[in-house]
Amino acid sequence: MDLAAADKRILLLTGDLGYMVFEPFRERFPDRFLNAGVAEQNMVGLATGLAEAGYLPYVYSIATFAALRPFEFIRNGPVLHRLPVRVVGMGMGFEYGHAGPTHYALEDIGVLRTLPGLMVVAPADGEQAATALRATALVPGPVYYSLGKSDGVAIENLNGHFEPGRLQVVRHGRDVAILSMGSVAVEAVAAAEKLAGRGIEASVGIVSSFNPDPVADVAKFLSPFRCGISVEAQTVSGGLGAFAGGVIAAEGLHCRLRVLGVRTSPDGTSGRQEDRWRKHGLDRNGIFNTALDLLGVATTLEAPVTAGAAG
Amino acid sequence: MGIDSISPRAARRIILEQSKRANVGHIGSCLSVVDILCALYGAVIRVSSPEDRERDRFVLSKGHAALALYAVLALKGWVSEEQLDTFCGDDSYLGVHPEAALRGVDFASGSLGQGPCMAAGAALAASMQGSSRRVFCLLSDAECNEGSVWEAAMFAAHHQLHNLALIVDWNGQQALGLTCDVLNCDNLPERWTAFGWRTSVVDGHSLPELTAALAETGDPRPHVILARTCFGKGVSYMEQGVPITQTHLSVHRINWHYLPMSQLEFDLALKELGDAR
Repeated sequence: MDLAAADKRILLLTGDLGYMVFEPFRERFPDRFLNAGVAEQNMVGLATGLAEAGYLPYVYSIATFAALRPFEFIRNGPVLHRLPVRVVGMGMGFEYGHAGPTHYALEDIGVLRTLPGLMVVAPADGEQAATALRATALVPGPVYYSLGKSDGVAIENLNGHFEPGRLQVVRHGRDVAILSMGSVAVEAVAAAEKLAGRGIEASVGIVSSFNPDPVADVAKFLSPFRCGISVEAQTVSGGLGAFAGGVIAAEGLHCRLRVLGVRTSPDGTSGRQEDRWRKHGLDRNGIFNTALDLLGVATTLEAPVTAGAAG
Repeated sequence: MGIDSISPRAARRIILEQSKRANVGHIGSCLSVVDILCALYGAVIRVSSPEDRERDRFVLSKGHAALALYAVLALKGWVSEEQLDTFCGDDSYLGVHPEAALRGVDFASGSLGQGPCMAAGAALAASMQGSSRRVFCLLSDAECNEGSVWEAAMFAAHHQLHNLALIVDWNGQQALGLTCDVLNCDNLPERWTAFGWRTSVVDGHSLPELTAALAETGDPRPHVILARTCFGKGVSYMEQGVPITQTHLSVHRINWHYLPMSQLEFDLALKELGDAR
């Protein structure tokens, strides 16, 4: 709302979603709000045409529908034309828990970060999301935002810091490094707290954007450690873990990385976000146990890591 | 600007010469749309220069006919002969499909079904900005197989984008056969009308018919011009689908969707063109 008030070029397009979200915007800027209908491909195409004429269109839908359905329209539209379209995907990872696999945004970041011309932003909490939206408002090219539903959870020490291509370190330790991204970072921080209870000090770093990738920061963050863990509510093939592994290899770091993410195809079940995190070993216990395993410490008192969490 | 200010014969000559020089196909598709592009750029699209922000916009959604667009842009003086000679060369801005990085190309294309969506956005922008800009988009009949075309169709009709005109190159031919055999679209006029569009059917090789159909009216609806065209128009053996030198191929119009010309075929085509109007 503040951004739109400050910049008249901003338009908001929705793919017929956003009940109880967009009403204030629509009321305040009726000429700059557009429901494009349940037609995400066309919505991204429209935004391309609008941006070419000088507008700054934000297109909104649930992350899977915003990022995956119109992927090629994003690729051949704002990316190819280098236009400032903002694609906003709501509900990162397993946030739409009970809605089931069609609504789980597990590939959006991995898929979209394959487009070098598209900045990908995945904030870890509401405060960082607000900073990131402001900080990237004038980026000349396109941006994808994977946003979480603001549920009041804040990452300790993050304090809303965001800078494209940078890592935010929210906790310092010397035994193990934990990298995380998105709203599941809250579990990474909680796992570090649990590890501290066992006398293990973990550093926690939050990656919030790609393109540009935080290569230098992540290399610097991981380089003192022999063991690291990456935690993301994404499939493991294209997201944070894949990125971090690439950094370790390219920089020749001596850090053994355990990649926590989604490794299995949907099995037909759904459940609360916390349940999904647990199922895939991304909850605080899962991360904690992975760290103990990695460091060679017995885990007898903790919940076992489930099969889906094999890292 | 006059109805014949860009000569279709000159454009066809460029298409044949460049296709031969680069040894590439898509000749039939390019020849199919030449007259539409000449009508648009000769007498309809208002553009003083490609840099004019208030120019009308054009999207060649059937990007594989880009050579026809390059030919027309060359005849407009926006693409030089030297640039034309980079068509299908290495590190060239003149590929088989058009790129917006090339002066005179408003939107890149190459993936079917995306142009009408971008064109609808461009038309919406003009309308929101209170501009008299018009937006034109040329697509193929087979492109109407793409669901996104109909997403854009619904949107444009709902928002009464009267400044948007789509021209469908209705040649009945698609990449692996006739449209009537692949996904029949014989009732295109009924479909577009049902979607809320003003629908015209014209001879896609008649500059007067095309120009008249593309004129502005007070109709609030978006306009689709279904242009009846002949694949390979202007070169009789292509129109008939005869592969003159590649005798192992059977006679089928689809041949000239893919084939480059042999020297003999090129000479025949040019000779015929010289005799044309």
